[in-house]
Amino acid sequence: MALTFWQSTLGKKIVMGVTGLIMIGYLCAHLLGNMKIFFGPGEFNGYGHWLRVMGAPVLHHQWGLWIARIVLVAAVVLHAVSAYQLSRRDIKARPQGYVHAKPRMSYATRTMRWGGVILALFIVWHILDLTTGTTHSGGFQEGHPYQNVVDTFSTWYGNVIYIVAMLAMGMHVQHGFWSAAQTLGAGSRSRDRALKATANGLAILLTAGFISIPVGVMTGVVS
Amino acid sequence: MTSYSEYTEYTVGEPIEDELAPSGPVSERWDTRRFQAKLVNPANRRKHTIIVVGTGLAGGAAGATLAEQGYHVVQFCYQDSPRRAHSIAAQGGINAAKNYRNDGDSIHRLFYDTVKGGDFRARESNVHRLAQISVEIIDQCVAQGVPFAREYGGLLDTRSFGGVQVSRTFYARGQTGQQLLLGAYQALSRQIAAGNVEMHARTEMLDLIAVDGRARGIVARDLVTGKISTHFADAVVLASGGYGNVFYLSTNAMNSNATAIWRAHRRGAYFANPCFTQIHPTCIPRSGDHQSKLTLMSESLRNDGRIWVPKAKGDTRPAAEIPEDERDYYLERIYPSFGNLVPRDIASRAAKNVCDEGRGVGPGGQGVYLDFADAIARMGRKAVEEKYGNLFDMYERITAENPYEVPMRIYPAIHYTMGGLWVDYDLQTTVPGLFAIGEANFSDHGANRLGASALMQGLADGYFVLPSTINDYLARHPHKEEVDAGHPAAVEAVRETEDRLARLLAVDGDRTPDSFHREIGELVWEFCGMARTEEGLRKALDRIPQIREEFWRRIKVPGTGEEFNQSLEKANRVVDYLELAELMCLDALHRAESCGGHFREESQTPDGEAARKDEEFTYAAAWEFTDTGAAPVLHKEQLTFEYVHPTQRSYA
Amino acid sequence: MKLTLRVWRQKNADTPGAMATYQLDGVSQDMSFLEMLDILNEELIVKGEEPVAFDHDCREGICGACSLVINGDAHGPERTTTCQLHMRSFQDGDTIDIEPWRASAFPVIKDLVVDRSAFDRVIQAGGFITAPTGAAPEAHATPVPKADADFAFEHAECIGCGACVAACPNGAAMLFTSAKVNHLNVLPQGSPERETRVLDMVSQMDAEGFGGCTLTGECATACPKGIPLFSITAMNKEWLRATRKVKR
Repeated sequence: MALTFWQSTLGKKIVMGVTGLIMIGYLCAHLLGNMKIFFGPGEFNGYGHWLRVMGAPVLHHQWGLWIARIVLVAAVVLHAVSAYQLSRRDIKARPQGYVHAKPRMSYATRTMRWGGVILALFIVWHILDLTTGTTHSGGFQEGHPYQNVVDTFSTWYGNVIYIVAMLAMGMHVQHGFWSAAQTLGAGSRSRDRALKATANGLAILLTAGFISIPVGVMTGVVS
Repeated sequence: MTSYSEYTEYTVGEPIEDELAPSGPVSERWDTRRFQAKLVNPANRRKHTIIVVGTGLAGGAAGATLAEQGYHVVQFCYQDSPRRAHSIAAQGGINAAKNYRNDGDSIHRLFYDTVKGGDFRARESNVHRLAQISVEIIDQCVAQGVPFAREYGGLLDTRSFGGVQVSRTFYARGQTGQQLLLGAYQALSRQIAAGNVEMHARTEMLDLIAVDGRARGIVARDLVTGKISTHFADAVVLASGGYGNVFYLSTNAMNSNATAIWRAHRRGAYFANPCFTQIHPTCIPRSGDHQSKLTLMSESLRNDGRIWVPKAKGDTRPAAEIPEDERDYYLERIYPSFGNLVPRDIASRAAKNVCDEGRGVGPGGQGVYLDFADAIARMGRKAVEEKYGNLFDMYERITAENPYEVPMRIYPAIHYTMGGLWVDYDLQTTVPGLFAIGEANFSDHGANRLGASALMQGLADGYFVLPSTINDYLARHPHKEEVDAGHPAAVEAVRETEDRLARLLAVDGDRTPDSFHREIGELVWEFCGMARTEEGLRKALDRIPQIREEFWRRIKVPGTGEEFNQSLEKANRVVDYLELAELMCLDALHRAESCGGHFREESQTPDGEAARKDEEFTYAAAWEFTDTGAAPVLHKEQLTFEYVHPTQRSYA
Repeated sequence: MKLTLRVWRQKNADTPGAMATYQLDGVSQDMSFLEMLDILNEELIVKGEEPVAFDHDCREGICGACSLVINGDAHGPERTTTCQLHMRSFQDGDTIDIEPWRASAFPVIKDLVVDRSAFDRVIQAGGFITAPTGAAPEAHATPVPKADADFAFEHAECIGCGACVAACPNGAAMLFTSAKVNHLNVLPQGSPERETRVLDMVSQMDAEGFGGCTLTGECATACPKGIPLFSITAMNKEWLRATRKVKR
């Protein structure tokens, strides 16, 4: 059955839907945590520390964090592999377009593939920037996330990359959340308005929430 | 070139008789016959191959059922998929004597209505069988998942239809034919998947192969590659539909054609009652010379719509401006008890009469109003929409008029052909081993078919009758010798087919196949359409050989025979229309009476109703082919009526 | 009306095709789109050129044979079948692009004619109820709630024209497949085969080389019979349910 599931276009879509929802859930949690930045370095750094001791004393130091990371990496990989394979298949199924071509699906729908690629690249940069510090601009300090964030958003390119990525994320979430609901069979005529509203709400909330951080740094609210 | 004088000098041959219908009470005949019919051992069935041509209600149902019984079925359709056969376009519904309404319906009443509706030119035995089987058809279709309309209690809904006073018509909105056909198509698909049916789509039968007088195979053309192939079997079933397209403008699909039955006729199958063609009263009037086909508006609309024309001649005011007392609801006036629900032939002729009087509406005055204003006022727009929404939409798309606001305009058009290959009670033609089912045969509707009965007959023949009778033939005639493409009969049939196609391509004239089709169609419509006269028919019979001669001089078919070539397909069908039209006119000429869809102006009552001549014409006319343009031989099958005594039909 | 037609011409499946331009005069507003093409073809035949091949049959919007992409839209600008599209939807002097359905599962046979037999094979995989002739119980033995009957009917309306595939940027056949799955799965008569039906039809759909669904909604917009996009959602639900119930 598992094989049938994975080999079917529907199965792969369901994998994408479920992993997508996991990531949306993560984004919500991530945003909530990030909002602590507006309450000063103490709160924010404390939150960063808690992430490492999450689940203690049952879990060993950083185990909770690693479990979350493993789940997330699995979700990202499954999501991306499914998307890649499905896209390959889709392109093969429609090798020739129409001479009289016209765009008509919504922008969010049309940009799912490229938006996904942008997000993948962003995640790599984001981890290298603020988790490992490899590409961090102003001297990465382990254990001082507040300062690291302020450093990143003190560069113009840091802001640009981040804001563009968050806009892409918003559109991806908007179509993705609604799509996942359809793929998982949760949509219906009567529920559609609610689902679309939730998708729009989530997209706006996440985009606005995340973008508020660089804006906060730029305007000096966070410094 | 032959002239009509030669063609019309037909000879009367031996009478023909349906020897298989058992005697005894009519209600027991089908059971008796089923018991008498020899059976084929289930283990032996897969050794028998049956060719089925056509995948409509009759063909699809027969193919699926025969395959299920274990026979090896080889099936053909010219469409790209068996799901597209023209049964799909039937709108209104299917009759069945279920009496779910408790309104006095019964098998006997359906039998009675159908014999009477057919103006006493159908066989009682066949019609009674049809009425009996009608009940099983509904059960079968429901089991297949056909989504018939239902009431809130979850039970099936029914409605009434022309020519009857009970509500026995089951329907699926305005798409009953589609839903029934998809049921048959799905059953057929299941057998294709199981390997029991070998399906050849986009393949057209072009000739019958008869060996020692028995049908043993067909010649077919692959419409994609142009390849001519032969297929062999122990029996051949034609379910290729009617020949209404001989009129060019009809409600048939553009590619529906008479080639399969006409080629079978040329190979020895008698053609019965070709002049019995049905004009449907409620079609959308033609809008100009470019018109390629006519679109039917379901007869069910007559349940709630009221038909009228202005009382005054040449009244060109818009419908809304014509006051109530200046309108003539002529059907309600002339036929008070059936009103707008009189049978099709009567409704059609009445429309023609008022238009001939100069009271027709719309461009050219070839139309009458079908008005829903009263129904909308009575039931509310929503209820009307629920019942007829898709038909109204279709009307609006074609005419750009909104029937919720202005009355529909309708005019009669050719819709169905009651005539067809002559068959006995087992549905076998005069060529042993060749069967004809559905509209392709002549058997059940006499001179006029009642609404919602074509679907009933197609499915009865396909699901129930043929699968219970063909076994008798197969059991009695085990074919010991194999026939293959090398058999002289097959070689000959292939050669004739190839020659015909090659000739069509070689003429390289200056007229298109469509132009000839249009010409012959207009001729037949004028002289062998709604009203026929001896003079007109003779004129047509004079003209047809001339058109045929011109055809072979001036036809132009581009391309080659070894490719997808729609012009060649078309031209080849027109060849057969040019012969069939001649037989239709001859049949109409010889039948000097009016009955059902056949109205001879010479034979009418003082108030303009059809007058039958029962002493002379209570027979089915089965014609035997002799040669192209040569006088055929007429074989009469006397009809006897033991249960429904012929009376002048009265719907007043 | 005077029109410029740009039509896809392709001799056969193995020969590459191209757009060809034709001028056509004397077109009436009341003509159907196919009648307009009939006139073009009559002119071409008389001139000794090959007429444009296109699929068509009933010309009343129910058989599903006609299949043209007109100005980039499957079945043209109105929500209907090509045969029910009338020239009043166009203006005098318009240039109209006419192309065949495009999908690798629907290879071109000639000009505007494509091979849609993949649809038949999807139905053969399970789009039926196994009900041998003669074995049916009395029709009223199983009442069907009106809501379910209406739901079934709404999906059973599919005419199998393939506009959904033609309109889908992925060449997916989800709407076609879901229409049949939903029609049969909601009915009590269809419930014994409910799980195998959806699993088999979906796997056949994949095997035919149709693309996957990205829920762009193009299919439902193009569908001349108005099969809703939720049809796909409902099939997804059926499929998910079936994968849990059937152990293979």
